[in-house]
Parts: sequence; C-alpha cells; structure tokens
Amino acid sequence: MLFEFKIEGGDFSRAGSAASETKKILKQLNVDPLLIKRIVIALYEAEVNIVAHAYQGLITVEIDTEQVFIRMEDEGPGIPDIDKAMQEGYSTAAPKVREMGFGAGMGLPNIKKNADKLNIYSDINKGTTVEITTYLKQGYGT
Amino acid sequence: MNLQDILLAINGRIICGENRLSEEFNYAFASDLMSDVLTIQIANFILITGLVNVQTLRSAEMADINCVIIVRNKKTPSDFIELAKQNNITLIECSYSMFKTCGILYNIGLKAVY
Repeated sequence: MLFEFKIEGGDFSRAGSAASETKKILKQLNVDPLLIKRIVIALYEAEVNIVAHAYQGLITVEIDTEQVFIRMEDEGPGIPDIDKAMQEGYSTAAPKVREMGFGAGMGLPNIKKNADKLNIYSDINKGTTVEITTYLKQGYGT
Repeated sequence: MNLQDILLAINGRIICGENRLSEEFNYAFASDLMSDVLTIQIANFILITGLVNVQTLRSAEMADINCVIIVRNKKTPSDFIELAKQNNITLIECSYSMFKTCGILYNIGLKAVY
C-alpha cells in the first residue's frame, strides 16, 4: 500500500495532517499500538521539520506486511551539518516554530529514537530527504 | 483516580469529551514544549499545558494522550475544540498556573511520568 501527502512549507495549520492520516490507516490495519506510536511520532516530527524549514515536500508512506517505509523529500535550504543537527539541543528554528512548541533541537534525535532505520541525505540549497523504516515483525531487519 | 476527581481538584471546566469523566488516569506530564511531550513513551497520560494551538492537539494525538488540561486561564478557540472532538481528546480549562495545577494534582496522587 502506498500513500502520498504533499506538504506546504510554513503552513502550520496543516502540520501533522499526514501523520494523523497515517495513524488512522495503521489503526485500521490493526498494527500494534506501540508500533503505531513510534511510527507516527517519527513521521510527525519530520513533517513539522518540513513545514518549519522547507518550501514544500512530499511524504510517501509504503506499508507492507513486514515494514512501514516513509520517505520525506523536501525542497529547501538543506542541512549543512547533519551530525550537528542530530545532536539534542541544536536548532536553527525560527521564533514562529518555537511558538508552536517546537524548535528545541529534539526533532531529529527523537526521530532516530523512534525509527528502526533512519537515513538522511541533504543537498545545500536543494533539499533534504529523510527515510524512516519501522519493522512490523520483531527481529525483522536486524 | 478518575477524571471527575481531577476536574474538581483543580476547579476545572470541561470543554469537550465529557464521556471520559469516569475514566481512570494515573500519570501526568506538564510542558509547553511539544518536543518534550513527544519523547514520553507511556500512553494515556494527562497533558498539562498552557500552549493552545493546533500542534498541541496534534502532539497529543500522536502521543496517545486522551486528556489535555489547559492552564493559566487560556481560552480554547472553536477550531481547537473541533479538532479535539475529531480526535476524541478530552479538553479541560483551568484558571490556575501550571505550577499550582501540578502541585494540586501531585498532592492528590497523580504520578509523574518520570
């Protein structure tokens, strides 16, 4: 199963709608609630990152019996130093993002905690791609 | 303890989700920083916050939080209430500060998540 969500940069009123839709789909598929929470928190954090930092983005959620694979591709400024961005507390978020309760430099570390596999690719002034994989069966992919 | 006891203790006003008044809650977490809320591993704890925007409810939805107490006498706008209803989240408004609300609820036995 494949689902796509278009994300507009700066549109905080809709930030989280892709994660919300994905949560409903996973619930309908009777995925373990603990796994659903991990998947949607990682997705939501990454979705907020697109809204906060990019001009636009596309989220693809691929669900099969063994895993949920989420690919989030954005057009934006990119991440100059991914290692630095992965450190808790490092943030380049604007005041508007902080008003929304984010921008504390915890998004990427929290995505990593909730993902079984995380890949981040970034090109300066082009954009960033984040890939989150969650295995639905214990021991799979390890 | 059930939500009715919690509501009475903080002199709160229920905005939506009255169906949950007899439900038991054991844990609470207080924060205006949703990034912190999203790091909590357990499910079904009460969120105490003064942040009233769509991301408060989205964070609650993702973190499996069924009840949000809005402190500091903040008012919940109609679109906020509508989103809470859509996601079956109980909303309570409370005129007390976050510190006072937490103190009262801790005193009557609600536990910290860590």
